[in-house]
Amino acid sequence: MSSAATTTLQAPPVPPELVRLPLITNNRSPGWISDQVAAIVEGKTPTWWWAAFVPSVIMLGLLGLMLAWQISTGVGVWGNNHPVMWGWDIINFVWWIGIGHAGTLISAILFLLRQRWRTAVNRAAEAMTIFAVMCAGIYPALHVGRVWWDWWLFPIPNSNAIWPQFRSPLMWDVFAVSTYFTVSAVFWYVGLVPDLAVMRDRAKTKLRQILYGIFALGWTGSNRHWSNYEKAYLILAGLSTPLVLSVHSIVSLDFAVSQVPGWHTTIFPPYFVAGAIFSGFGMVLTLLVPLRKLCHLEDIITMRHIDIMCKVTLATGSIVGYAYIMELFIAWYSGSPYERYAFMNRLAGPYAWGYWIMMGCNVIIPQLFWFKSLRQNLKFVWIMSILVNIGMWFERFVIIVISLHRDFIPANWGYFKPTWVDICTYMGTFGLFFTLFLLFLRFLPMIAVAEVKGVTPHADPHTPEGGAKGGH
Amino acid sequence: MSTPANTYGLLAEFDTPADIMHAAAKVRDAGYKHWDVFTPYPIHGMDRAMGLKNSVVGWFSFIGGVTGYTTGMLLIWFTNAYDYPIVIGGKPMFSPFSAFPPAYELTILFGAFGAVFGMLFLNRLPRLHHPLFKAKRFALATHDKYFLVIETSDPKYSEAETRKLIEAAGSTRIEMVED
Repeated sequence: MSSAATTTLQAPPVPPELVRLPLITNNRSPGWISDQVAAIVEGKTPTWWWAAFVPSVIMLGLLGLMLAWQISTGVGVWGNNHPVMWGWDIINFVWWIGIGHAGTLISAILFLLRQRWRTAVNRAAEAMTIFAVMCAGIYPALHVGRVWWDWWLFPIPNSNAIWPQFRSPLMWDVFAVSTYFTVSAVFWYVGLVPDLAVMRDRAKTKLRQILYGIFALGWTGSNRHWSNYEKAYLILAGLSTPLVLSVHSIVSLDFAVSQVPGWHTTIFPPYFVAGAIFSGFGMVLTLLVPLRKLCHLEDIITMRHIDIMCKVTLATGSIVGYAYIMELFIAWYSGSPYERYAFMNRLAGPYAWGYWIMMGCNVIIPQLFWFKSLRQNLKFVWIMSILVNIGMWFERFVIIVISLHRDFIPANWGYFKPTWVDICTYMGTFGLFFTLFLLFLRFLPMIAVAEVKGVTPHADPHTPEGGAKGGH
Repeated sequence: MSTPANTYGLLAEFDTPADIMHAAAKVRDAGYKHWDVFTPYPIHGMDRAMGLKNSVVGWFSFIGGVTGYTTGMLLIWFTNAYDYPIVIGGKPMFSPFSAFPPAYELTILFGAFGAVFGMLFLNRLPRLHHPLFKAKRFALATHDKYFLVIETSDPKYSEAETRKLIEAAGSTRIEMVED
């Protein structure tokens, strides 16, 4: 074929607005990625780390004191009382477990959807999931009142020869949350194995070499291993996807299966899952917006990543907004006076301030993310991410407290107030969360090194950077 | 030149994913059996270049999932309908619907265990010691270099022939690794 014919067959140049932004900016090489991520672990402990760690540990101590006080005295130290028998304990349980869901969404669902940008944020988001589920787990374990009988929740043979009864959604919850924690931890660890091998191979001290070496399980990077590994990872992603959807669905069934007006609705499972992802992305942004700067990871967690996460927040926030409006419609359409009253009481009752904080933070304010200039403004994004989590906390407050405080008989009505123990326990869970998260940052690679290397142009054997002659 | 008895194999280093993939295709076509490629991240297309079959991890996961579902259903039936039946709110002693959520969670739990432990079993991990860890350059296999190893135990292995094959494939550095 003549050279003239070849030129006529060439594809037209791609217009600049259609060119995808690179996932790693400044064309960083695989070696640079290892060095940059490992530097966070290998370098000197930065001042900001101590500035965050010391208050976190103090708060963790506060949690320990509060739990000891609660266990030794009784659940009465919390504000829960008739008619609001579920108060801050279940609000915070649902809130923390919801935060965890963004980690699984990023690690599993986006993996199945081939969203390659997830590699930059999945490790930190999965760590967030695990620590958030730990914080969540404290509440159901403690709210039973007699913690030493918690093992009755599991089907373990006991001297009374009785078993848990599985017709209650609360038992489903035990299985859902414990499976969720286990599978999230396993998924996270499997993802960590190749990166622990990275840390082992560059370790300068014997201790690091031995510890990273043991936990890396002897990973060599063999392609025969990668082949099984990638399949296992795909299966874990495939299993975690229905898992994360089922966990918050089952959490919502704790409410929806009951008869309480405001709880007894079929929209709860999808609405809870969307809300969970919404709040989880809020927390991911709260953590990563400062961290990308503090850890000098701007080339890995790029502005494009922030932009995409803001869009997910906008989308899930809008789904949640739709659910709020649909709830109101169904309450009116049901014709049930109790349903109608429950929702009028939300809009204009004694806790209406909570409802309007929820509406403002979850539905109205996130709409500002339609503007690209605001999605690119890091200070704005960070403040928004916190407002999202305040809004989602109030969503659970609205569902739990407002529904319970006035149900069928006015003689049963009451007004719930948290006690100082409620407030300090909640603050303490932040101590637990941030202590664990900061330890994770300091001792484990916070970016999935092997995965990020795999999405660079250097990793593609068909591009000039991957070594192909003339672009193959 | 004969190969000493205590050598593990020939370790060849490459600089780019394209180079190692072409080398792997050559080694595959030459008919070697005991050889492997070591890369910092999975390279797309390498399984085909090495002639590997689809991984069987899925079967471990499947068996795990079936076990989990069966365990869940039998556990709930045994505890609530057989060993200690007790009427709660007029609900049936056993219903596949109320038993489904816990059984579903156990399906996922055991399926995940099947995938992870199946993967570790197929890879023969954990294995904390490996002859290749003795090679100093091999630490770069998790950094930014790409390695190909042909073991001396391979029936087709011969010091001169194998070295020539790897050199022709464009390796930048070749060394012998002790067992």
